[in-house]
Amino acid sequence: MSENFTEIWVYLAASPLLGLTLTLVAYQVGMWIYTRTHLNPLFNPVLIAVVVLVALMMGTGTEYGTYFEGAKFVHFMLGPATVALAVPLYRQFQKVRGSFLMILAAILSGSVTAALSAIGVAWALGASRETLLSLAPKSVTAPIAMGIAEATGGVASLTAVLVILTGIIGAVFGTWTLNALGVKDWRARGLAMGTASHGIGTARALQVNEVAGAFASLAMGLNGLATAVLLPLILQLIF
Amino acid sequence: MTLGFITWLLVFQLLGEVISKGFGLPLPGPVVGMALLFVVLVVRGELPDGLKDTAAGLLKHLSLLFVPAGVGVMMHLHLLQDEWQAISAALLVSTLATIAVTALVMKGLIKLKGQAEQDQADE
Repeated sequence: MSENFTEIWVYLAASPLLGLTLTLVAYQVGMWIYTRTHLNPLFNPVLIAVVVLVALMMGTGTEYGTYFEGAKFVHFMLGPATVALAVPLYRQFQKVRGSFLMILAAILSGSVTAALSAIGVAWALGASRETLLSLAPKSVTAPIAMGIAEATGGVASLTAVLVILTGIIGAVFGTWTLNALGVKDWRARGLAMGTASHGIGTARALQVNEVAGAFASLAMGLNGLATAVLLPLILQLIF
Repeated sequence: MTLGFITWLLVFQLLGEVISKGFGLPLPGPVVGMALLFVVLVVRGELPDGLKDTAAGLLKHLSLLFVPAGVGVMMHLHLLQDEWQAISAALLVSTLATIAVTALVMKGLIKLKGQAEQDQADE
């Protein structure tokens, strides 16, 4: 039986069907756990899916390249999905045109803070160049952050994981930080969550207040654009 | 989700790639495509329903789409293992600092322009 199983695995692992199916199943498992825990940010569905799949691949000695042969069909949709982010960005932008400059100023200061503080702290603690470059776009939504990492010499897959961890940290400690600072305005709170922790922070903001959610969503899109433009310049200055 | 609008998203992505590579910009092609689409929408001043639905369908499971890339971290586990202290400290400090700076700048600007709102968080 076990020999048969190995044979079947070897056969299936060579076909794209397995990588594709496992990706969808692992994500559904993650979603199931996430919903069961009432959307607790600590049980992030992507993180669960990644951990399950990495464990499975390493446990069976399957190469990442073999897995990716199937998973690339999902991966390919990242490009058009990134373009589609223009739609929610436009919808939120329409609502806040009047105070757009204020919003832009807040997001730009957040974007620069995110990159510089992440690089600064990691550098002071002796992180490698590879890690620093992968960390720099960590506050940006994953599809954009991975593109930025690729364009600036980071490791896109490491960035994907760091982005998710950043989202979780923001979702867990965001409310507490904002309360400690005495920031009560929902617009400011939403902007902060979306700029610092992208989609995961936005989901958290939406759970709390609708205005905060809308501003978080706007901040997520704009910070993606802002970081994509600013980060290469910042990196050029400091490296 | 309609085929026509999926095609438009791909066209914008392709344009983005061409512009990014053509001008040697350090920007990801899809991000340039997103910026282009955003500008087109602002100039048009209206959002076609089909595009709205297509984008919503695609973005509903946006997080699924970066699972395959995320799994690639298995090839870089040594970085996480060797540098986890620097990485965790950077993530924690930087995320909280970004929340603080963004919120305080916005709070300051709202005060400056006298645009405070009635509905506020009561902690």
